[in-house]
Amino acid sequence: MAAEGKAAPRVAVVDYHKGNLSSVARGLAAAGAAPDVTDKPSRIASAEGVVIPGVGSFEDAMAYISSSGQADAIRDAIGRGVPFLGICLGLQVLFDEGCERSDPAQTGTVPGLEILRGSCIRLVSSRLKVPHVGWDAIDITPLGRSCPLLQGVQTGSTMYFTHSYVAFEGVEEGAVAARTHYVESFPSVVWSGNVFGCQFHPEKSSANGAQVMRSFVGLVAEGPDAAAGAATLAGAGEGSRA
Amino acid sequence: MLAKRVIPCLDVDKGRVVKGTSFVDLVDAGDPIELAQRYDQEGADEVVFLDITATSDDREPTIRLASRASEQLRIPYTVGGGMSDLARMRQIVAAGADKVSVCSAALKDPSIIDRAARAFGSQAVIVAIDAKRVGKADKWVCYLAGGRIATDVDAVAWAEEAARRGAGEILLTSMDRDGTKEGFDLALTRAVSRVVPIPVIASGGVGTLEHFAEGILEGEADAVLAASVFHFGTFTIRQVKEYMASQGIPVRLDF
Repeated sequence: MAAEGKAAPRVAVVDYHKGNLSSVARGLAAAGAAPDVTDKPSRIASAEGVVIPGVGSFEDAMAYISSSGQADAIRDAIGRGVPFLGICLGLQVLFDEGCERSDPAQTGTVPGLEILRGSCIRLVSSRLKVPHVGWDAIDITPLGRSCPLLQGVQTGSTMYFTHSYVAFEGVEEGAVAARTHYVESFPSVVWSGNVFGCQFHPEKSSANGAQVMRSFVGLVAEGPDAAAGAATLAGAGEGSRA
Repeated sequence: MLAKRVIPCLDVDKGRVVKGTSFVDLVDAGDPIELAQRYDQEGADEVVFLDITATSDDREPTIRLASRASEQLRIPYTVGGGMSDLARMRQIVAAGADKVSVCSAALKDPSIIDRAARAFGSQAVIVAIDAKRVGKADKWVCYLAGGRIATDVDAVAWAEEAARRGAGEILLTSMDRDGTKEGFDLALTRAVSRVVPIPVIASGGVGTLEHFAEGILEGEADAVLAASVFHFGTFTIRQVKEYMASQGIPVRLDF
């Protein structure tokens, strides 16, 4: 794989044994990466980019990710500055905690990866249908305009969502690159340094999603410093507005 | 705002598209994947593959189809038809399908909905209802086996039960209207839409652009599904969406 590195960077797709990951792999390959669907912590820690796809429930996913050693590998990779993308549930597990239990009768929260501050809640509405399924618009925040993941994506672009939970309580505004408004106004793209998350499924979002995938793979190809560099610039931008 | 969806349905027999297609430039007009990719380019919000293979002992082609679709499509897709039990649904989900649609097996044993929702998540479980009007009042019953066997199960009550058991969406087909091009059974669509807290996909009877809009505005559906008007090129998906947008319906046009 190392020999291929320059042509197509190896992106680990974290397999936590909850579903088929071929769509995500296909999306990454179409964007120019060499996807490596793997459950092995060593392959995750050493990858040039890491994706946590969104399948299963928060509690199930975290149980596997934690007990398998994947959580430490993910933190290692993020610590090395490699671009990271969490998709759907993969965005949610970046946060401190979530309330989606494997047994719906259970209450209380379970810990996430604690990389971003905030907790995930269930969307509850008597008026709107939940799960939130289908194509909805993303409103890019002022911060999001400098987010490298959203380059080439217009505010108001529609993406494909399918979820009942969102990152919500205690989420820092400085990590929100786009919002979507359904039941709540929730973060649909989050960004902190080299860490990105999409509540929608870019691999299922046709041309708009393909653009997001290309941006992510572009960052991976540029190497560990690229995303962090962009974050520094965005930080400077924030400062100058303040 | 959440867009109302337009969904082409492809009938598939032993892994091949059976109805005709208007796309003369396809390399293989019988290949469901190639056809679905064309619909993606034309703005389809998702596609449904309906397996109409008559014999239940030849299910491998459908698994291969689900697997290829997962590797090649960049929009969500559903596989329905022949979902005889949970094991079968599991095969299709494991092959990569975003959603499976179950009809007869759920009527025979409703607990399959609960089990499927627990196993794959509600978002992956569509309960398909083939409904036929009985008598003059607004009452419909469910049919089994692709519309061949009548039951006395009330379609509206069944939709409600399916949602309660964990279905993520209802795919509602009017057997009276299917193939007629007279438009959706709007009373049926509305009756179901009003009792379930989950999305309803209206199906059966589309013949004009107005019919699509009616399904949303009068039927109160969340999505509209059609087959022949797309396959035979009566309308493109963009035409349908532009008409819906002109009627004030939120649709996805940035494709």
